[in-house]
Amino acid sequence: MIRNTAAQMAAKLASGETTSVALTQAHLDRINSVEDKVHAFLFVDEKGALEQAASVDAKRAKGEKLSPLAGVPLALKDVLAQKDKPTTCGSKILEGWLPPYDSTVVASLKKNDIVILGKTNMDEFAMGSSTENSAYGPTHNPWDLSRIPGGSGGGSSAALASFEAPLAIGTDTGGSIRQPAAVTGTVGVKPTYGGVSRYGLVAFSSSLDQAGPCARTVLDTALLHEAIAGYDPKDATSINAPVPQVVQAAKDGNVKGMKIGVVKELNGDGYQPGVRARFDEALELLAKAGAEIVEVSAPNFEYALAAYYLIAPSEASSNLARFDAMRYGLRVGDVDGASAEAVMNLTREVGFGKEVKRRIILGTYALSSGYYDAYYGSAQKVRTLITQDFTKAFTQADVLVSPTCPTTAFKIGEKANDPLAMYLNDIATIPVNMAGIGGMSLPAGLADEDGLPVGFQIMSPVMKDERMYSVGAALEAALLSKWGAPLLNRAPTLEASK
Amino acid sequence: MSSLSRDEVAKLAGLARIEMSEEELVSLSKEFTVILDAVARVQEVASADVAPTSHPLSLRNVFRTDVVVPSLSPEQALSGAPAQEEQRFRVPQILGEE
Repeated sequence: MIRNTAAQMAAKLASGETTSVALTQAHLDRINSVEDKVHAFLFVDEKGALEQAASVDAKRAKGEKLSPLAGVPLALKDVLAQKDKPTTCGSKILEGWLPPYDSTVVASLKKNDIVILGKTNMDEFAMGSSTENSAYGPTHNPWDLSRIPGGSGGGSSAALASFEAPLAIGTDTGGSIRQPAAVTGTVGVKPTYGGVSRYGLVAFSSSLDQAGPCARTVLDTALLHEAIAGYDPKDATSINAPVPQVVQAAKDGNVKGMKIGVVKELNGDGYQPGVRARFDEALELLAKAGAEIVEVSAPNFEYALAAYYLIAPSEASSNLARFDAMRYGLRVGDVDGASAEAVMNLTREVGFGKEVKRRIILGTYALSSGYYDAYYGSAQKVRTLITQDFTKAFTQADVLVSPTCPTTAFKIGEKANDPLAMYLNDIATIPVNMAGIGGMSLPAGLADEDGLPVGFQIMSPVMKDERMYSVGAALEAALLSKWGAPLLNRAPTLEASK
Repeated sequence: MSSLSRDEVAKLAGLARIEMSEEELVSLSKEFTVILDAVARVQEVASADVAPTSHPLSLRNVFRTDVVVPSLSPEQALSGAPAQEEQRFRVPQILGEE
């Protein structure tokens, strides 16, 4: 049952073949049996999940009209506030904090009766590409436990790939949904900026952060997308417009006559041969399905990484100022006579990890007087140029595509001491965040040289999210008929061997 | 080549309110030489005629109607406080002796 898609699970719940309590228990059992190897969760809410499941079953027994995913379990990234449940962002500074309110995403999940299994591991404050920056230890990639599951949302992607949950929520500031999806053979979507509310999402870089759906199929991702998307008056950057019809697009999977633009700059040197081979193969399948493949150029994308590592740290240095040891979270050094400033300094030294400090200092520098124009100001100009590149490219193609990441999953520890090498993972995902458009990653197969999953990225214009679902569903169907079974069937089962 | 000395890192750490060990200051200073060189590439294309973008959406003020809605109780608002007193956050001394 746990290997079904979320849509299949929902159908079995609707027909009475199973109950949400049974389905939830099956996932909790799976978590119990594999979690010591994977470590996808920071908190498993066994009691809360079973209570929620029982309440959905009761509603269904009474004949209430329920939402499409009612009763299906989900893993929630630990960056979203859930009332009275631990929310740490992977940081010691928030250890033990229980939010007194629900984020809008969580409120939407509850309204849709989606059962929340617990909170998933992540790089501290979503800063990282490997989940190694979590203060609570790394998550392991179910395909190869010695490798990273991507980041920052490595807990969510690993939970999906190890069948601990059929659905998950991620957040994507520079690729934190898409890169983990790519390296674990799962699907992840960063919706258009403003498409899903950020209320209650602990801010890293407010102009880039976007919560989104993760799952094992394009349709499941679409169903979750519609459940969490929509206008929210509590988020001043929420877009007040109808939610794109992503479920219909995923069901149709029609690319006939669509123009698919291959971004010249997001391929070639630096991309692993197996990644390029699977990407080229996917293009052929899309062409066979009736799409027209064209090449587009985005000359300023090569500056995106540099601009991102100025803009995101700058915004982070300001956003993370709220962790001041005064109103919630950790407080260190509050001895008689200690000043508030001394307590702040000590608390932030102990509470933040190395990467978070690195970025706060970098952001403080980029925003400081005398350097602002040269760094933060220049980065903002690059952001304009990248957006212009997208605008131009979208006049030549309906969607743009690229490999999601230059390589497959690397070994845990391999890049931990080389921040710049680590940042390069996000080279193909960052432009999407800079322009606020939509991006999806879905599995394109395994690289020949290492047998690890490769991600295919689809990018769509602002509020045209349905386009990436059309292309994703078409490619998924073509690949499935080629493979004969879902890619994740080839991943290790993780059971038995201890 | 851009670089950041140990003392400059110490000043930034002070501004960011992070106490740092000597070891952290020195290692960050070394890393910043590499990181700043990489990010300084933005200057290659950031010419004067390009307008900056601070946000993907054109932001505007968002108002709500001025009506009372349920909010957190004092107990809820204080539930995460490291220390509290008389329904208030208790904080360390914020002013000097004088």
